[in-house]
Amino acid sequence: MNDQIDHHISPIRTYIIVFMALMVFTGITVWVAFQDLGYLNTFVAVTIAVIKATIVAWYFMHLKSSAKITRVVALAGVIWLIVMFALTMSDYAARSWIPFPDPW
Amino acid sequence: MTEQKHYINAETTVKSWLLTVDHKRIAILYLLSVVGFFILGGTAAILFRLDLMTPQGDLLAHETYNKMFTMHGVMMVFFFLVPVVPAVLGNFLVPIMIGARDVAFPRLNLASWYIFITGGLFALAALVLGGVDTGWTFYTPYSSTYANSNVILTGLGVFVAGFASILTGVNFIVTIHKMRAPGMTWFRLPLFIWAQYATSIIMVLGTPVIAITLLLLVLERAFHIGIFDPALGGDPVLFQHLFWFYSHPAVYIMILPGFGIISELIACFSRKNVFGYSFVAFSSLAIAIIGFFVWGHHMFITSQSIYAGLIFSILSFIIAVPTAVKIFNWTATLYKGSVEFRTPMIYALGFIGLFLVGGLTGLFLSSMGLDVHLHDTYFVVAHFHYVMVGGMVMAFLGGLHFWWPKMFGRTYNQGCAVFTAIVIFIGFNLTFFPQFIVGYLGMPRRYHVYPEEFQIFHILSTGGASVLGFGYLLMFCYLPYSLIKGKKATANPWPATGLEWEQTTSPPPTLNFIHDPVVTEEAYAYAKKNEEFYRQAIPAESKDV
Repeated sequence: MNDQIDHHISPIRTYIIVFMALMVFTGITVWVAFQDLGYLNTFVAVTIAVIKATIVAWYFMHLKSSAKITRVVALAGVIWLIVMFALTMSDYAARSWIPFPDPW
Repeated sequence: MTEQKHYINAETTVKSWLLTVDHKRIAILYLLSVVGFFILGGTAAILFRLDLMTPQGDLLAHETYNKMFTMHGVMMVFFFLVPVVPAVLGNFLVPIMIGARDVAFPRLNLASWYIFITGGLFALAALVLGGVDTGWTFYTPYSSTYANSNVILTGLGVFVAGFASILTGVNFIVTIHKMRAPGMTWFRLPLFIWAQYATSIIMVLGTPVIAITLLLLVLERAFHIGIFDPALGGDPVLFQHLFWFYSHPAVYIMILPGFGIISELIACFSRKNVFGYSFVAFSSLAIAIIGFFVWGHHMFITSQSIYAGLIFSILSFIIAVPTAVKIFNWTATLYKGSVEFRTPMIYALGFIGLFLVGGLTGLFLSSMGLDVHLHDTYFVVAHFHYVMVGGMVMAFLGGLHFWWPKMFGRTYNQGCAVFTAIVIFIGFNLTFFPQFIVGYLGMPRRYHVYPEEFQIFHILSTGGASVLGFGYLLMFCYLPYSLIKGKKATANPWPATGLEWEQTTSPPPTLNFIHDPVVTEEAYAYAKKNEEFYRQAIPAESKDV
C-alpha cells in the first residue's frame, strides 16, 4: 500500500459532530453580526471564520490524517492569509497616526 | 526510410489533439492560443500608438481609446504573459527536464487548457459586445459603480482563466516533488525547473485572491453588496490591496520563468556551469516569497497610510537583492566563458540589459517621495514594459528559439533569426526609452489628448513600435516557414546539457524517453562536455601530426 495516500475513513459520528459544530458557529456568526462590538467587530468575525475553516480543513478535507507535506501546503495557505491581513492592516490601523489637516 | 515516430506524428486527427493528455501537445495547444491573444493585444497597441502620434488624439474616440488600452492590458497580462512560459515552455519541458514521462496529473493539465480557453472566450465576448474601459487593473469605484462597459464579463473571464493557472501550478509542484528520475536530486535540477517551481508557488497561493477579488467586484456591481463602495460601507482602496496582493506577485509569475530560461541560455552559450547555482536557485524562491510583501508600492498615492507606505517601500528595496543576485551570477557565468552569439544568446544578452533598466527604474518608483512625481506617468509605463517586454518577452523568445528544434524537430534560419532579434531589440528601445523621458516630464498614462511639446516623444515611440511590430512579423514568417522547409534538427543541435537534449530525440517520442533516464551528474556539466569534445577532436588531429 502506498503510505502517501490517505485511506483513513472517519466514523459518521465525527462528521455529524463537525456538522453540528459548524452550525453552532454559523449561529454565532449571525448573532455577532447584530451586536456592536466596536473595533472588535472584524476581529471576532474573522476569528469565527478561521475556526470554521480549520474544522472543515481538518476533518472534512482529511488534513487530520494526511501526510506532513499536505499539511505544510495547507499551512502555507494560512500563513499567506496572515501576511495579507497583516500588511493590509498596516494601512488601515495606521491611517490615523499622522493627522490630516482640517478641511478648509 | 520510415519516419521516426514522435509526439507530433504519433496521431494526426484533430480529436487526438483536442483530447490529448500528452504534456507536449498541451504545450502546443497553449502556444497557439497565447499567440492568438498576443496578436489581439498587439493589434490594440498598434491602434492606440497610431492614435497617440498626434496630440489631439484624432484617430480614436475617447471611449474607444480607453477600451483599446484596456484590451491590450487584459489580453497581454492575463492571457499572454501569465501563461506563456509556464503553460507553453514549462508544460513542454518540466517533465522532460526532470526525466518524467508526463506531468503528475495529465487530465488536469488538459482541463487547464479548456478552462483557459473558456476564460479567454469570456474576455473575447466582452470585446465583441463593446469592450471594457476600466484599464486592466479594474480599479474601483470606477469599475464597480460608474463604468458602462462589460466589466462583469471581463472580470469573469479573468476569474475563470485563474483556475487554469492554479491547476498548472499544482501540477508542476507535484510533478517536481514526486516524479524526478533516479539521481535527479533537488540540487541537480536545471535552474529552469527551480524557476518553474517558485512560479508555481505564487500561482497556487496568489491566484485565488485575484479570483475572489474580481468575484467580489462582480457581486458589488451586479447585486450592490457593499465591499468597495463607501456608500454601501465599503472601501475602494481595499480593492487595490486585494488586487495587488495577487497582481504584484503576478509580475514574478511572469518574470521568474524568464529568469529560468536565461540561466539555461547563458550556461549553454558560455559553455560554463552557472556561477553560484544554489544562490540562483534560492533567489527564485526568495523572489517568490518576498514578492508577496511589496504590493503596497502601487498605492503610495492613495489613502494608504504613510506608515504602511514606508514598510512597503523598504520591502520593495529588499526584493531587489535576490534579483541582483541573479544578474551578478549571470554576468559572472559569462566571464571567461566561450561566448557564442547564437540567436537565443542574443535574446539572453538583450534580456540582461533591458531587465536591468526595468528593475532599476523599479527602485525609483518604490521610493515614496519620487513616486509622488512619477506615479501614473509614462515613466511607470516604460518601467513595466522594460520588465515585461524587454525582460519576459525577450526571455520567452530566447527560450522559444532555443527549444524550437526540440519542440518541432526543425531548425530555423540563423541569419534571419539573429537579424530579427536585433530589430526587436532596437524597436523595443525606441518605443519605450522616450517614455521614461516624457513620463518624467509629466505626461500621464492613459490620456490620448496631451500638450504639443510631448509629441516628439510619442512620434519616436510609435516609430519604435512599428519597428518592433516588424520584428515580430518577421518571426511569424521564418518560424512557421522552418516547420515546412527547415532542416531536420539533431537531438542536441547546440550542443547543450540536460535530459531534454542528451537523452531524447528531437522531437521527443510520446512518452518522452525510449529508456528511463538515470541522472549521474550535476546540471550544466559543460566543463566535462567541453573536455569530451576536445578529447574526441584532438586524437583526430594528432594522427595528422
